[in-house]
Parts: sequence; structure tokens; C-alpha cells
Amino acid sequence: MSAVTSTAPKPMLSPAMMATVKVLGVFGAIALAIVLLVQSGAMPKGSIGHKVLAAPFIDMWDLPDLLVQTLWEGLVAGVLYALIALGFVLIFKASGVFNFAQGIMVVFSALTLVGSYEIMTQRMGLPTGVAVAILALIVAVATMFVLAWLVERIVLRPLVNQNEIIMLMATVGLTYFLIGFGEYVFGGNPKVMITAELGLPTGNTQFNILGGRVNIQHLDVAAAVIASVMIAGLAFFFQYTRIGRALRAVADSHKAALSVGISLNQIWVIVWFTAGIVALVTGIMWGARSDVSFALEIIALKALPVLILGGFTSVPGAIVGGLIIGIGEKMGEGYWGPLLGGGIETWLAYVIALGFLLFRPQGLFGEKIIERI
Amino acid sequence: MMFKKLALGASVAATVLMAGFAAKAQDAINFVHNTYRTGAFSGSGIPVGDGVRDYFAMLNARDGGIGGVRINFEECETAYDTRRSVECYEQGKAKNSVLYVPWSTGATLAAIPRAHIDKIPIFSMGYGLSASAVGEVFPWVFNMPITYWDGANAFIQHVAQQEGGFDKLKGKTIGLLHLDAPFGKEPIPILETLAKQHGFNLKLYPVAPAEMQNQSSVWLSIRRDRTDWVYNQGWGAMNPTAVREAARGGFPVNRLVGVWWAGGDDDARPAGDAAKGYRALNWHQTGANFPVVQDIIKHVVDKGQSLSPKEKVGENLYNRGVYQGILIAEAIRNAQAITGKKVITGEDMRRGFEALNMTEARWAANGAAGFASPVRVTCSDHNSQSAVYVMEWDGKAWKRQSADIQPQKEMVRPLLEEAAKAFATSNAGWPARTEPCQNNS
Repeated sequence: MSAVTSTAPKPMLSPAMMATVKVLGVFGAIALAIVLLVQSGAMPKGSIGHKVLAAPFIDMWDLPDLLVQTLWEGLVAGVLYALIALGFVLIFKASGVFNFAQGIMVVFSALTLVGSYEIMTQRMGLPTGVAVAILALIVAVATMFVLAWLVERIVLRPLVNQNEIIMLMATVGLTYFLIGFGEYVFGGNPKVMITAELGLPTGNTQFNILGGRVNIQHLDVAAAVIASVMIAGLAFFFQYTRIGRALRAVADSHKAALSVGISLNQIWVIVWFTAGIVALVTGIMWGARSDVSFALEIIALKALPVLILGGFTSVPGAIVGGLIIGIGEKMGEGYWGPLLGGGIETWLAYVIALGFLLFRPQGLFGEKIIERI
Repeated sequence: MMFKKLALGASVAATVLMAGFAAKAQDAINFVHNTYRTGAFSGSGIPVGDGVRDYFAMLNARDGGIGGVRINFEECETAYDTRRSVECYEQGKAKNSVLYVPWSTGATLAAIPRAHIDKIPIFSMGYGLSASAVGEVFPWVFNMPITYWDGANAFIQHVAQQEGGFDKLKGKTIGLLHLDAPFGKEPIPILETLAKQHGFNLKLYPVAPAEMQNQSSVWLSIRRDRTDWVYNQGWGAMNPTAVREAARGGFPVNRLVGVWWAGGDDDARPAGDAAKGYRALNWHQTGANFPVVQDIIKHVVDKGQSLSPKEKVGENLYNRGVYQGILIAEAIRNAQAITGKKVITGEDMRRGFEALNMTEARWAANGAAGFASPVRVTCSDHNSQSAVYVMEWDGKAWKRQSADIQPQKEMVRPLLEEAAKAFATSNAGWPARTEPCQNNS
């Protein structure tokens, strides 16, 4: 009796590597074709083809320092977008609700931080500095906890088992409440983020490389590091802790989670509180780059293309999606924007996301839902 | 007989009493004023709104109003939303407001086709449709003291002064960083004309309202284009972000010049030392050392009736509100003098504006000697194209950087007339002016 052996040759590369090689091959072929067209004179300088397909790459080659700077800015923006998207993902995973109020939570949490610092230093006479800033941070975190608890009590609990659209409308209502409440308490005027008081770095370092300069803001480095640590921490929390497992169970099925004794109410408070903390960090980082005003609410809309791309239920999706959108839109605006009169990054993010959706309708890491009829 | 007399007496008394009540109710001039204390542009809207509100509160407290009639000042919140601004226009109309002050170029454009029908003059002070300076075509719209076109012209004059002459502009790259909205796009035609005339490259850097606080791409483009000068036609949260991003990207902030709406103290202050050297155009002085501002402090602020913190009284955008208040009050006085009425209507107000002649003496009479350049409105010139100057942020306050710059009227006015004509042609049925002209022109 002889053993049955397979005669098929073992593939040298794994399927993932094969796919990568194919993609690289296609890009390489396109690049070669462009070079040939430019060299042969078929794509003369000034023609549309040259402007779209060749000139941006020539610019990248000529000014490598600017390319590095653009990639860095894209990376920082991407990390911050990922952070915003994460706030949405957390709540969507646990309750199936698209939290329309995430944007205003960014503003509200940052305003609470800056506002309470102002009250402590200006009205209560406490000295300005790190200690009071930390105190204000504790107040802001506590406020986000109270908000999460109130949302669960007043908004979510009475609406349990209602249609998702009703939950969405409830978060729209919550948005308007927080706008009005925030303006009532803190006023509508913009405030300056207490960046230095929080111990965040404010300077910049200039590297003279690649025949030019690359300017790295220390705050951006801090933003990237803090956001990365936070994302990693959340991933760990979801994966390895008891509460994290409970969260995932709730995300899978509310009923099944309830049947094994997981408290839905408790989980919702934790999730909304975590989303509140994410909002606070986003507010600090973005507020330090600009100022803390109600205009920041619009920034949260940047999370939409990230969510379309990364899927509404995936933490890695939010991270990878954020980076792709961040780098993609900065590169697009910088190198192809002038062809369309500039100001294209707002809609370019959606175009990038839709481009991906053509190939992966469920998003990069979203759950593939197959419903058989 | 007795009964008849009694009835007659009672009815006469009732008529007199009612007339008295009516006179009392009408003994005020209604003025509904758009503001935005909320929303993405509140950073600019709040100080301006405070200045206007406090000025009229001071006139009511100090003088009992204007010409013995109280000003019934009311704010209407728009959040810088054109749709809500139109609602505010309707509210003003219903409340017999003598004037519409849109505080947004988009809202001005929406109201222009209605003003002549509803007989409510529009005052878009230093904003709105530049071409509405032409009084023959836009008898109901006033946009003194300067148009965006003049502003862009003054900016190019400033650049030429700094570079050593207009001939030095050839080959330079000058950028327009602008809010991607009607307000931001206004100076484009004049800058294009000037670019052709002086041979500089004009680059446009639009900033979508959703990206106001996310400008890093725009500033990378400015770096890529090696832009020499940037004119910032921004408003609200866009301005402090632009100043910070300029500093972040290594762009010299003294080559970033804001339009007069990008010169708020809170546009520069948040960036700290990085904002030192940031420039902006202006047409009036900053500071509280003017009798009119001192009167506001005495009659309104110190009595706890102002919404503004005391330390912000006299800041640039606060004074902008006061400036607007002075022009409106002067126009009301004119209207009262022309018509002989105490309580005027929108039609009277329009005539008052057309007779506006703010000489140095009139500024002084309003407690604002040296506060601003003269403004003279005529039936054909609803703008006056007054002088501006460049101011520079020293880290704590605005300081004058240049002498007065007079816009090149001979160049800008024909373009304004051309644009006004084009507006009338493209808006079928635009009425020819029938309003009489009786003033100083």
C-alpha cells in the first residue's frame, strides 16, 4: 500500500503575497507606460495627460523634502481621523447606534476642560500651571462619565429595543442639546487650548534633509504617539479584559449577551464613557492645532469617509482607514488639487473611500454579511 | 342733551388717549440686527455684535436715543447661516426695521433682490457685493466705507511698497487664501486684473468651510508654490488657524496680510509669539481712548449692561461694531433732518444714508475724533472707497504699520460699474433707479 502524495507543486508565495506582487506589478506597468509616453513625446508637457499622470510625480521627485512633509502631515491627520472614527466605532459596535453626537462630544469635552481651567484660575484664584490643568482634566473626564451615565439613563434605556433609526434620531437630539447646553455654560466664543499647561510640547524641530527642510511640530509627534497608545490600549482592552469580552459579546448579540448575565446598561455606560474619553483626547489635539470652538464639530465629519472605508465595526479598520484617508487627501490636495482649482480634500476623502468600496463593499475590515434569500 | 355731551366728551377723550398710546408705541425706531453669537463664526460675530449693541444702548442711556427717539435695538441670531439670515430679514420686515444689516455676504446677496420691493435699505459695511457700490443700479444697498475690490487693490499697493515698487511685482507669486464661500471669492476678479497689469502670478487657495480648522494641505501648497505674499480673505475659525499654520509651515507671518475681517484680536492672540508680525488691513483705530468708547464704558459696561468682558471693549472687532453704529446713527439723524420726522421709515433711512457725509468734524462730533477716515456717500457712490491702513500684531495688540492707503478709485470704479451693469443685465427685470436724488452729489 503506497501513501497518496499530492503531485501539485507547492506555491512559492502565500496568496496575500501573490496579491501584493500583482498589485505592485500593475502599478509598475502603469509607471513604465507613463515614462515611455513622456519620453516618446506622446504625452507632451502641458497636456492634460502630462498634468495628471506625470507632473505630480516629477514634482515629488524634484522636491523630496516637500513629499516627506506632505506624508508626515497626512500621517498626523490620519491618526487624528482614526481617533475620531474610533469614537463612532466603539458606540456602533456596542449598541448598533451611529452616534451623531460624537462631533459635539469632541467640542463639549474640550470646552469643559478649558472652561473649568478658566473658572479655577480666573474666578477661584488658583495658580495657573500643570497642577490646575490636571485638575481641569479630571473634571473633564468626570463630566464625560456623568454624560455617559445620563445618556444611558435618559436616552438609551427608554429606547431599548427600538428601531435603529430612532436611536440615531435620539443622538441627533443629543447633539442639539449639547450645542445649546455648551453655549449656555461656556458661551459661544472660541477658547484657547491649554496646551502648554497640560504638559504637551509646543515647539518644532526642523530637519535640513533631501536638499530642503522638513518641519516636525512636537505637538504633532505627541498627538501621533498619544493617539497610537490610546488606540493600542483600546485594542488591548477589547481583546483581553473581561469587560472587553463583554463588550464584544454585546456587539455580537444583545439578547445572547443578556442571557449570559452581561448587564447591557453597564456596558453602554462604559462604551459611552470610553467614546467620551476618545472625544476629549481628539478635542485636546485638534484644539491645540487651532482653537476650541463649535466649528470643531465639523471636523468629526471627517470620520465618515474613514468609517465607509474601514467599516463601522472594526477598530483596525478605523486606524488603517484613517491613515489612508489622511495621507490620500493630503497627497491629492497637494499634487492634484491645483488641477481642479484647489480645495478638493473635503470630497476627495469620499472619492477615496468609494474607490475602495468598489472592490470591498463591506469596507476594509467590516463584517461581510451574506444574507441568503 | 347732557348724555350727548357726555358721549362726545368721552369719545374725544378716548381718541386723544388712544392717539397718545399710539404715539408712545411708535416713539421708537425699530432696528433688527443680524448677529451670530453661536456657530462656527461666533469668534468673529460676538465682538462685532457686542460693539453695535453697546453703542445703541449707550445712545439710549446718554441721549435718550437719536433726535429724542429711542432706538429699539433687537438682535436676530443667524449662526452665519444664510437660510436663517433670510428668516431674520423677514422678522425685521415684520417688525418695521428701518434697516437690514446682514453681516454675511451670502445673506446680503440673498436680500439684494428684495430690498427695493420691501423698501428696506441694506447696509453691508465693508462686505457683500462689491458692485453694489454703484448707487444708480443699487439704490437700496450701501457698502461703505470700502469694497473687497478696493481692499485687494490696497493689499497689492502694500506689497508694492514693501517690495520697492510696482515693477518689482513682476514674476512674484501672490496667493489669495480664501474661505470657499461668496465672501471669500469676492476679490478674485480684481486680483486677476491686477495680476495681468503687474505681471505677478496669482494663486488661489480656497478653504472649504468644513476644513477651516484643517488647513495643513493648503499651507503645503503655499510652500510648494513658493508663494511670496498671501492675502487672507478669511472669517471666523479660519483666521486663527491660518496664522498658526503659517507659523507651523515656516511662512513669514509678516507676509500674510488679512482683509479687515481677518484682523480680530482673537485671530492673532491664540498663536502666541508665532503671530508676531501678522498683518491685516483696517479702516478705523483700535483701543478704548476715544470719548465714544469711554461713554460706552460709563453708561453701559460699568452698569453691567454689556455682554462683553470689559477688557475686550476697544479691541478691533468691538470697535468695528461701534464704527457701524456711528454710521447708522448719523444716517438716522440725516433722515430725521431731511424728512422732519422723528420716527423714520426704511425709505427715509435710505435717504439718510445717501446724504451721509462723515467729515473729520462729524467724526469728532460723534466722540470719535481721529477714529476713522472721512466717508462720503452720494447717490451714485454708495461706498466712498475710503482709505485703509495696514496694522501689525506685536504679540499683545495691533499697531499701525503703514500710512493710509487710498484705493485706486480710477481703476476700481469702472470695474465696479461694469460689474453692476452686468448684474442688472443678467437679472432680468432689474428695475431702473426711480428713487429721487436730493443730496450732496
